[in-house]
Parts: sequence; C-alpha cells; structure tokens
Amino acid sequence: MIQVKNISKSFSGVEILNDISFVFEKGKTNLIIGKSGSGKSVLTKCIVGLLEPDIGDVFYDDIKFSSLKSQDKKKVRKQIGMLFQGSALFDSLTVEENVAFPLRMFTNMTEEEIIERVNFCLKRVNILNKNYLYPSEISGGMQKRVAIARAISMKPKYLFCDEPNSGLDPVTAIVIDELIQELTKEYQMTTIVITHDMNSVLEIGENILFIDSGVKKWEGNKEEILDVKVKELYDFVYVSKFLQKMKK
Amino acid sequence: MIRNLGKYMFMLYHIFFKPEKFSVYWRRFLDEVVQLGVKSLFIVSLMSAFMGAVLVIQTATAIESAWIPDYTVGFTIKQSMLLEFCPTIISLILAGKVGSNIASELGSMRVTEQIDALEVMGVNSIGYLVGPKILAALFIFPIVIMYSMFFGFFGGGLVCYFTEIIPVKQYILGIRSFSEDNFVFIRYALTKTIVFAFIITSISSYYGYYLKGGALEVGKASTNAVVYSSIFILFANYILTQLMLI
Repeated sequence: MIQVKNISKSFSGVEILNDISFVFEKGKTNLIIGKSGSGKSVLTKCIVGLLEPDIGDVFYDDIKFSSLKSQDKKKVRKQIGMLFQGSALFDSLTVEENVAFPLRMFTNMTEEEIIERVNFCLKRVNILNKNYLYPSEISGGMQKRVAIARAISMKPKYLFCDEPNSGLDPVTAIVIDELIQELTKEYQMTTIVITHDMNSVLEIGENILFIDSGVKKWEGNKEEILDVKVKELYDFVYVSKFLQKMKK
Repeated sequence: MIRNLGKYMFMLYHIFFKPEKFSVYWRRFLDEVVQLGVKSLFIVSLMSAFMGAVLVIQTATAIESAWIPDYTVGFTIKQSMLLEFCPTIISLILAGKVGSNIASELGSMRVTEQIDALEVMGVNSIGYLVGPKILAALFIFPIVIMYSMFFGFFGGGLVCYFTEIIPVKQYILGIRSFSEDNFVFIRYALTKTIVFAFIITSISSYYGYYLKGGALEVGKASTNAVVYSSIFILFANYILTQLMLI
C-alpha cells in the first residue's frame, strides 16, 4: 500500500499539485487520471522520490518515504519497478542485458540464475527469441513489454506505469493493460498507472484518482466513473460527441 | 555562474560514492576505455602523422642554412610534438570528438528518461554514468597521447625518407639529441594530458547530465561541451606551462 498525504508542489511559484491525499491499495491497479498538464506525472515523481514535495508525506506501507535519507530511499527504491512513458530502455544494452540490469546491479545471483530469471520474465510478457536485439530493433509495443519485464525482474512490491499505452494501437494497448493487471494480481503488487486513456480506465481501473489542475477532484472505480457528477471528470470522460449521445 | 559551479561540484562529489556493485562498474570502465580511447586511435594517428610530416617540411624549409645543422629539424619536431602538439592540440581534437559524444549520449539518456530509470531503480546515476567516463579518460588519454607522439615522429620520418628533405639519420639524431630533458618534457606533457582528460570528460558530462528539454537542447549541450572544454583546456594549458616549465 502506498499513501500520499497532503502533497503540494510548485515550480517557480506556479502551483502544480495542491493538497493531494490518496491511498493506493495493494493487489489493485490504481489509476491516476487527468488531462495533460494536470499534474499526474509530477505526483508520480513525488511518490517515487524523483521530486521532493514542498508539503506533505509519502508512505510506503508503514515507512515514511519522504523523510528518509538518500541511502534509505535507495533501499525502498529497490522494491519499485517503473515503466516509463517512452519505455526508457538503455539504448546501448540488448533486450536481455536490459532485463538483467537490476539483477546484475543489486543481487548476488550467478550468471546462469540471472539468465534463467531474464528468460522467465521475458516469457511472462510474451517476448520470445529477442534476447540479443537492441531496443531500436524492436517495435514500440515490444519495448513496453521489455520495460515491464525489466520492472518485474526484481519481484517488486510496487509498480509504477507512466502512460503505458501511449503511442500504441488500441489492440496492443489493451494487451499491455491486461498484462499489467495480471502481473498486479500475480505478484500482489501495489500498482499505480498514470493514464488519460479512457479505454484503460474502463478496462483496469480498480481504484481511480482524478486530478484536475493539480487538485484532487474525484476518487472511485471504473463502475462508478460512468455515473459521475463532477463536471471536470464528466467533461473528461464524455469528451467525444459520440459518448455524449450514448450517455443521453 | 555560481549555481552552475555548485551543480558541477555536486556532480563530482557524487562520483566518489561507493559503487552499488564493483564488477558492474569495472565493466563500464572497460567499455569507456574502448569508447573514449581505443576508438579515437585512428583519427589521432592520422592527424599526428600528417602534422609531423608537415612540421618537418616547414621547419626544414624555414631553417635552410649552412650554419644550422640538419638534425635541428628533428630536435624542433621533438620539442613541438612533446610540448604542445600532442598534449594540447590532440586534446582539443578529443574535446571535439569525445566531448560531443559524451554530452549527446548523456543528454539523450536524460531526454528519454533513462537517467530517471536508473534513479528509480536505486542506482547512483552520476556514479554509474559519469564516474567510469572520467576514470577511463584519466587512464587512457595519456596512452593515446604517447601513441600520438610516436606517430608524429613516424610521419616526420616518412617525409625525410621519401623526399630526402633531410637525411633520415639526421632526423633521428635530432629527435635523440639533448635527451637529458626528455623526462621533464614527457612528465609535463602527460600531466597536461591528465588535466585535459578531466576537463573534457567532466565538463561534457555536466552539460549532458543536467540537460533540460528535447532534441534541440541535446545539440546545444553538445556544442557547449566542446566550446567550454576547449576554453578551459586553453586556460589550464597556460597555467600548467607557467607552473611547470618556468
């Protein structure tokens, strides 16, 4: 479980996040949704410690992450897997080396054990026989799956996915969403997905936080979101004329 | 200015943090030795050989006199190569080749969130990315410069052999003459090289690592890395010469 309490963050006097509190539950896919520029990525960066919140605290289970020293934060981070928007695979490493990277860096596993674990993770995300290719030699969808394999290679307790299906076709996007949900259940992780894709919201949104202009406007789940009364969220969900007609 | 200096010092401070795993950092060090040093050998040898050849022709024609012995040409080439051309000019060339490479590599990693990915994993990204580059350059650049000295002399020798502008024996005699100061000159050249290696890699890493923006800024960072590395090399060259040769 990850909990954020009263998080606020400003850049050069411009308020990006204002007093956000939320509980991201274990074993569920927790979604942070909102328009572009609403503060979703800044909130995530505050949670993983890439940015320091001006006010507020972040808790990983019972650990107050925001007040830990840098070395202690690193220990928590080793339990975090993160899928970045652009995959963030290391260009100079092959698919196999990318997935093996955290294992080589942080474990004392033998090379055979590392390769076994890498192959297991790659098989789990349906990437077969691509071990020796470089990220630039595989498709965007495959890159996302390799990034997921790298994120789960250390059996993390917490998984962060920043717009996991941006730039993907709808079919591949659903495959990635389903994979994230399956892995969340399988490893009982606390998964946080940042998205503005309504397909994802309706597919995997078990616990949803809606942010607008840095302010928490709504929380709920995918069943509740279709009957929402909050204007900002209603406009976000029913943005297309087609959906507005359907609603009426 | 002060803010930039502070960030630069912050970067250097983080290089000396204990590595997460020594074997991974060792492999990175070896990769960087190849990337920064071994892959520069071709351009360095080509430039040094041609510069040696041109210097022989220019010197021989400039001091054509019955009163000046032929071996003076070899001696002049040795002094020019050891003192200035190999350590300084080759370092300026490496600032262009290696510096832009480092800045664009780290800048691209920043833009594509690869550095964030390292941080989220709990890796000291400065130590992992920048540390091996600086250490590798400190190790391999002096070797590259000695290699450059050899090719400079070799290029000059080839011109003497093929054009007979001066006899090869006289050229070699010139290179070997007044050799009691050679140790001082080589120590001076290698000290300069080590300082320049640090300047090139640390300044280029700084511009790449702290890049903000997109592809356009990667290009700007690359240019800044080369410009500022070159300026600091020239300053350091003057100060070291004042300190070590006078």
